[in-house]
Amino acid sequence: MSISFDRALGIHPQALEVRERRAEVLANNLANADTPGYKARDLDFKAMLGGQVDNQMKMTMTSGKHLPPMDVAQSDGLKYRMPTQPSLDGNTVDTQQETAEFTKNVLDFQASFQLLNGKFKSLTSVLRGE
Amino acid sequence: MSLDRIFDIAGSGMAAQSIRLNSTASNIANANSAASSEDEVYRAKKPVFSAVQLDVMSQMGMALNGQDEASRGVRVDGIVESEAPLDMRYEPHHPKANDEGYVMYPNVNIVEEMTDMMSASRSFQTNVDIMNAAKTMMQRVLTLGQ
Repeated sequence: MSISFDRALGIHPQALEVRERRAEVLANNLANADTPGYKARDLDFKAMLGGQVDNQMKMTMTSGKHLPPMDVAQSDGLKYRMPTQPSLDGNTVDTQQETAEFTKNVLDFQASFQLLNGKFKSLTSVLRGE
Repeated sequence: MSLDRIFDIAGSGMAAQSIRLNSTASNIANANSAASSEDEVYRAKKPVFSAVQLDVMSQMGMALNGQDEASRGVRVDGIVESEAPLDMRYEPHHPKANDEGYVMYPNVNIVEEMTDMMSASRSFQTNVDIMNAAKTMMQRVLTLGQ
Protein backbone atom coordinates (compact mmCIF):
# COMPACT_ATOMS: atom_id res chain seq x y z
CA MET A 1 0.00 0.00 0.00
CA SER A 2 1.32 3.37 -0.88
CA ILE A 3 0.09 6.83 -0.12
CA SER A 4 -0.47 8.93 -3.23
CA PHE A 5 -0.05 12.53 -2.25
CA ASP A 6 -1.84 13.68 -5.38
CA ARG A 7 -4.93 11.73 -4.53
CA ALA A 8 -4.78 12.38 -0.81
CA LEU A 9 -4.50 16.13 -1.12
CA GLY A 10 -7.14 16.54 -3.81
CA ILE A 11 -7.55 19.86 -5.56
CA HIS A 12 -6.30 22.00 -2.68
CA PRO A 13 -2.64 22.45 -3.72
CA GLN A 14 -3.74 23.65 -7.16
CA ALA A 15 -6.35 25.92 -5.61
CA LEU A 16 -3.67 27.41 -3.39
CA GLU A 17 -1.44 27.97 -6.40
CA VAL A 18 -4.22 29.73 -8.30
CA ARG A 19 -4.94 31.94 -5.30
CA GLU A 20 -1.27 32.82 -5.18
CA ARG A 21 -1.22 33.74 -8.85
CA ARG A 22 -4.38 35.77 -8.48
CA ALA A 23 -2.82 37.66 -5.57
CA GLU A 24 0.10 38.48 -7.86
CA VAL A 25 -2.17 39.74 -10.65
CA LEU A 26 -4.21 41.88 -8.26
CA ALA A 27 -1.06 43.27 -6.59
CA ASN A 28 0.12 44.21 -10.05
CA ASN A 29 -3.14 46.05 -10.76
CA LEU A 30 -2.74 48.02 -7.57
CA ALA A 31 0.90 48.85 -8.28
CA ASN A 32 -0.20 50.20 -11.66
CA ALA A 33 -3.16 52.18 -10.28
CA ASP A 34 -1.60 55.41 -11.58
CA THR A 35 -0.08 54.14 -14.83
CA PRO A 36 -1.68 55.79 -17.87
CA GLY A 37 -3.23 53.30 -20.28
CA TYR A 38 -2.84 50.31 -17.98
CA LYS A 39 -5.69 47.80 -18.21
CA ALA A 40 -6.66 45.98 -15.02
CA ARG A 41 -6.49 42.18 -15.25
CA ASP A 42 -7.86 39.34 -13.25
CA LEU A 43 -7.81 35.57 -13.19
CA ASP A 44 -10.94 33.59 -13.88
CA PHE A 45 -10.72 31.17 -10.98
CA LYS A 46 -13.38 28.86 -12.39
CA ALA A 47 -11.67 28.62 -15.76
CA MET A 48 -8.33 27.82 -14.15
CA LEU A 49 -9.57 25.19 -11.73
CA GLY A 50 -11.99 23.92 -14.36
CA GLY A 51 -8.90 23.23 -16.44
CA GLN A 52 -7.45 21.23 -13.56
CA VAL A 53 -10.52 19.03 -13.36
CA ASP A 54 -10.78 18.60 -17.13
CA ASN A 55 -7.18 17.43 -17.19
CA GLN A 56 -8.46 13.98 -16.35
CA MET A 57 -10.40 13.90 -19.60
CA LYS A 58 -7.66 14.52 -22.12
CA MET A 59 -7.97 13.82 -25.82
CA THR A 60 -6.11 10.72 -26.89
CA MET A 61 -4.39 10.10 -30.19
CA THR A 62 -5.48 6.77 -31.63
CA SER A 63 -3.84 7.26 -35.02
CA GLY A 64 -0.47 8.57 -36.13
CA LYS A 65 -2.23 11.08 -38.36
CA HIS A 66 -3.89 12.80 -35.45
CA LEU A 67 -2.64 16.21 -34.43
CA PRO A 68 -1.57 16.52 -30.81
CA PRO A 69 -4.09 18.34 -28.63
CA MET A 70 -3.26 22.00 -28.31
CA ASP A 71 -2.47 23.23 -24.85
CA VAL A 72 -3.23 26.75 -25.99
CA ALA A 73 -6.92 25.94 -26.34
CA GLN A 74 -7.10 25.60 -22.60
CA SER A 75 -7.64 29.13 -21.53
CA ASP A 76 -5.37 30.10 -18.68
CA GLY A 77 -8.05 32.43 -17.34
CA LEU A 78 -6.13 35.71 -17.39
CA LYS A 79 -8.63 38.30 -18.56
CA TYR A 80 -9.16 42.04 -18.67
CA ARG A 81 -11.53 43.60 -16.19
CA MET A 82 -14.58 45.50 -17.46
CA PRO A 83 -14.08 49.09 -16.32
CA THR A 84 -16.84 50.54 -14.15
CA GLN A 85 -15.81 54.14 -14.57
CA PRO A 86 -14.05 55.54 -17.61
CA SER A 87 -10.88 57.46 -16.89
CA LEU A 88 -9.22 60.11 -19.00
CA ASP A 89 -5.81 58.42 -19.16
CA GLY A 90 -7.14 55.00 -20.22
CA ASN A 91 -6.38 53.35 -16.88
CA THR A 92 -9.05 50.86 -15.82
CA VAL A 93 -7.86 50.13 -12.27
CA ASP A 94 -10.45 50.82 -9.61
CA THR A 95 -8.38 50.83 -6.41
CA GLN A 96 -11.33 50.10 -4.11
CA GLN A 97 -12.53 47.19 -6.19
CA GLU A 98 -9.04 45.75 -6.51
CA THR A 99 -8.40 46.08 -2.78
CA ALA A 100 -11.68 44.34 -2.02
CA GLU A 101 -10.84 41.53 -4.45
CA PHE A 102 -7.36 41.22 -2.99
CA THR A 103 -8.71 40.95 0.55
CA LYS A 104 -11.26 38.36 -0.56
CA ASN A 105 -8.51 36.47 -2.29
CA VAL A 106 -6.37 36.47 0.88
CA LEU A 107 -9.30 34.97 2.81
CA ASP A 108 -9.87 32.38 0.08
CA PHE A 109 -6.18 31.59 0.23
CA GLN A 110 -6.43 31.02 3.97
CA ALA A 111 -9.47 28.81 3.46
CA SER A 112 -7.64 26.71 0.87
CA PHE A 113 -4.64 26.59 3.15
CA GLN A 114 -6.79 25.49 6.08
CA LEU A 115 -8.22 22.64 4.00
CA LEU A 116 -4.79 21.57 2.75
CA ASN A 117 -3.42 21.70 6.26
CA GLY A 118 -6.32 19.53 7.41
CA LYS A 119 -5.40 16.93 4.80
CA PHE A 120 -1.82 16.89 6.02
CA LYS A 121 -2.94 16.63 9.61
CA SER A 122 -5.14 13.64 8.85
CA LEU A 123 -2.27 12.02 6.91
CA THR A 124 -0.01 12.50 9.93
CA SER A 125 -2.52 11.00 12.28
CA VAL A 126 -2.89 7.99 9.94
CA LEU A 127 0.90 7.51 9.91
CA ARG A 128 1.08 7.71 13.67
CA GLY A 129 -1.79 5.29 14.01
CA GLU A 130 -3.49 7.43 16.60
CA MET B 1 6.75 30.95 -6.11
CA SER B 2 4.54 33.85 -6.99
CA LEU B 3 4.24 35.14 -3.43
CA ASP B 4 7.83 36.34 -3.77
CA ARG B 5 6.85 38.30 -6.82
CA ILE B 6 4.18 40.18 -4.91
CA PHE B 7 6.95 41.73 -2.83
CA ASP B 8 8.73 42.89 -6.00
CA ILE B 9 5.52 44.24 -7.50
CA ALA B 10 4.40 46.10 -4.38
CA GLY B 11 7.99 47.31 -3.90
CA SER B 12 8.10 48.70 -7.43
CA GLY B 13 4.79 50.45 -6.76
CA MET B 14 6.16 51.96 -3.55
CA ALA B 15 9.33 53.12 -5.28
CA ALA B 16 7.33 54.73 -8.11
CA GLN B 17 4.99 56.48 -5.70
CA SER B 18 7.86 57.79 -3.60
CA ILE B 19 9.45 59.25 -6.74
CA ARG B 20 6.11 60.93 -7.44
CA LEU B 21 5.99 62.28 -3.89
CA ASN B 22 9.56 63.45 -4.28
CA SER B 23 8.83 65.42 -7.43
CA THR B 24 5.71 66.88 -5.82
CA ALA B 25 7.78 68.01 -2.84
CA SER B 26 10.32 69.57 -5.18
CA ASN B 27 7.57 71.35 -7.13
CA ILE B 28 5.93 72.77 -4.02
CA ALA B 29 9.26 73.82 -2.53
CA ASN B 30 10.09 75.69 -5.73
CA ALA B 31 6.64 77.13 -6.34
CA ASN B 32 7.90 80.65 -5.72
CA SER B 33 11.45 80.41 -7.08
CA ALA B 34 11.48 83.42 -9.32
CA ALA B 35 13.91 83.92 -12.21
CA SER B 36 14.59 86.69 -14.67
CA SER B 37 14.44 84.64 -17.89
CA GLU B 38 12.39 81.76 -19.29
CA ASP B 39 15.41 79.45 -19.50
CA GLU B 40 16.38 79.76 -15.86
CA VAL B 41 12.99 79.39 -14.29
CA TYR B 42 11.97 76.18 -12.54
CA ARG B 43 9.30 74.09 -14.31
CA ALA B 44 6.94 71.64 -12.63
CA LYS B 45 8.33 68.08 -12.83
CA LYS B 46 6.11 65.04 -13.38
CA PRO B 47 7.16 61.37 -13.38
CA VAL B 48 5.88 59.13 -16.17
CA PHE B 49 4.75 55.67 -15.09
CA SER B 50 4.58 52.55 -17.23
CA ALA B 51 3.86 48.92 -16.51
CA VAL B 52 6.86 46.56 -16.47
CA GLN B 53 6.36 44.00 -19.21
CA LEU B 54 8.27 40.77 -19.45
CA ASP B 55 10.85 40.82 -22.19
CA VAL B 56 9.61 39.78 -25.59
CA MET B 57 11.40 36.45 -25.76
CA SER B 58 10.05 35.10 -22.50
CA GLN B 59 6.64 36.45 -23.40
CA MET B 60 6.77 34.46 -26.63
CA GLY B 61 7.71 31.41 -24.62
CA MET B 62 4.78 32.01 -22.32
CA ALA B 63 2.44 32.42 -25.26
CA LEU B 64 3.62 29.10 -26.67
CA ASN B 65 2.95 27.42 -23.36
CA GLY B 66 -0.53 28.84 -23.45
CA GLN B 67 0.23 31.03 -20.46
CA ASP B 68 -0.37 34.70 -20.75
CA GLU B 69 1.45 36.63 -18.05
CA ALA B 70 0.33 39.86 -16.50
CA SER B 71 2.95 42.56 -16.24
CA ARG B 72 5.23 42.70 -13.23
CA GLY B 73 5.02 45.95 -11.38
CA VAL B 74 5.49 49.53 -12.38
CA ARG B 75 8.49 51.65 -13.24
CA VAL B 76 9.25 55.30 -13.80
CA ASP B 77 10.15 55.86 -17.44
CA GLY B 78 11.39 59.35 -16.83
CA ILE B 79 10.57 62.73 -15.44
CA VAL B 80 9.14 65.34 -17.77
CA GLU B 81 8.85 69.07 -17.25
CA SER B 82 5.44 70.62 -17.52
CA GLU B 83 4.67 72.57 -20.70
CA ALA B 84 2.13 74.77 -18.95
CA PRO B 85 2.60 78.51 -19.52
CA LEU B 86 4.87 80.27 -17.07
CA ASP B 87 3.62 82.86 -14.67
CA MET B 88 5.00 86.26 -15.72
CA ARG B 89 4.47 89.03 -13.20
CA TYR B 90 5.27 92.71 -13.36
CA GLU B 91 7.44 93.37 -10.29
CA PRO B 92 9.96 96.06 -11.20
CA HIS B 93 11.41 96.19 -7.68
CA HIS B 94 12.15 92.48 -7.53
CA PRO B 95 15.93 91.86 -7.54
CA LYS B 96 15.50 89.37 -10.40
CA ALA B 97 13.30 91.58 -12.56
CA ASN B 98 14.43 91.82 -16.21
CA ASP B 99 14.88 95.05 -18.16
CA GLU B 100 11.15 95.44 -18.69
CA GLY B 101 10.41 94.83 -15.02
CA TYR B 102 9.01 91.33 -15.39
CA VAL B 103 9.78 88.31 -13.18
CA MET B 104 9.20 84.69 -14.23
CA TYR B 105 7.51 82.42 -11.75
CA PRO B 106 7.37 78.60 -12.15
CA ASN B 107 4.33 76.96 -13.74
CA VAL B 108 3.63 75.00 -10.55
CA ASN B 109 -0.04 74.65 -9.70
CA ILE B 110 -0.20 74.19 -5.94
CA VAL B 111 -3.71 72.68 -5.99
CA GLU B 112 -2.65 70.13 -8.59
CA GLU B 113 0.44 69.28 -6.56
CA MET B 114 -1.56 68.79 -3.37
CA THR B 115 -4.01 66.40 -5.07
CA ASP B 116 -1.05 64.58 -6.60
CA MET B 117 0.51 64.28 -3.18
CA MET B 118 -2.67 62.82 -1.67
CA SER B 119 -3.06 60.38 -4.53
CA ALA B 120 0.58 59.29 -4.26
CA SER B 121 0.46 58.74 -0.51
CA ARG B 122 -2.79 56.76 -0.82
CA SER B 123 -1.32 54.55 -3.52
CA PHE B 124 1.82 54.08 -1.42
CA GLN B 125 -0.36 52.98 1.50
CA THR B 126 -2.20 50.50 -0.68
CA ASN B 127 1.08 48.95 -1.76
CA VAL B 128 2.23 48.69 1.86
CA ASP B 129 -1.04 46.91 2.71
CA ILE B 130 -0.51 44.49 -0.17
CA MET B 131 2.99 43.73 1.05
CA ASN B 132 1.69 43.09 4.57
CA ALA B 133 -1.00 40.76 3.24
CA ALA B 134 1.57 38.87 1.18
CA LYS B 135 3.76 38.54 4.26
CA THR B 136 0.86 37.07 6.24
CA MET B 137 0.12 34.62 3.43
CA MET B 138 3.74 33.56 3.30
CA GLN B 139 3.91 33.06 7.04
CA ARG B 140 0.80 30.90 6.84
CA VAL B 141 2.39 28.75 4.16
CA LEU B 142 5.44 28.23 6.37
CA THR B 143 3.24 26.68 9.05
CA LEU B 144 1.95 24.01 6.64
CA GLY B 145 1.72 20.63 8.34
CA GLN B 146 2.27 21.94 11.84
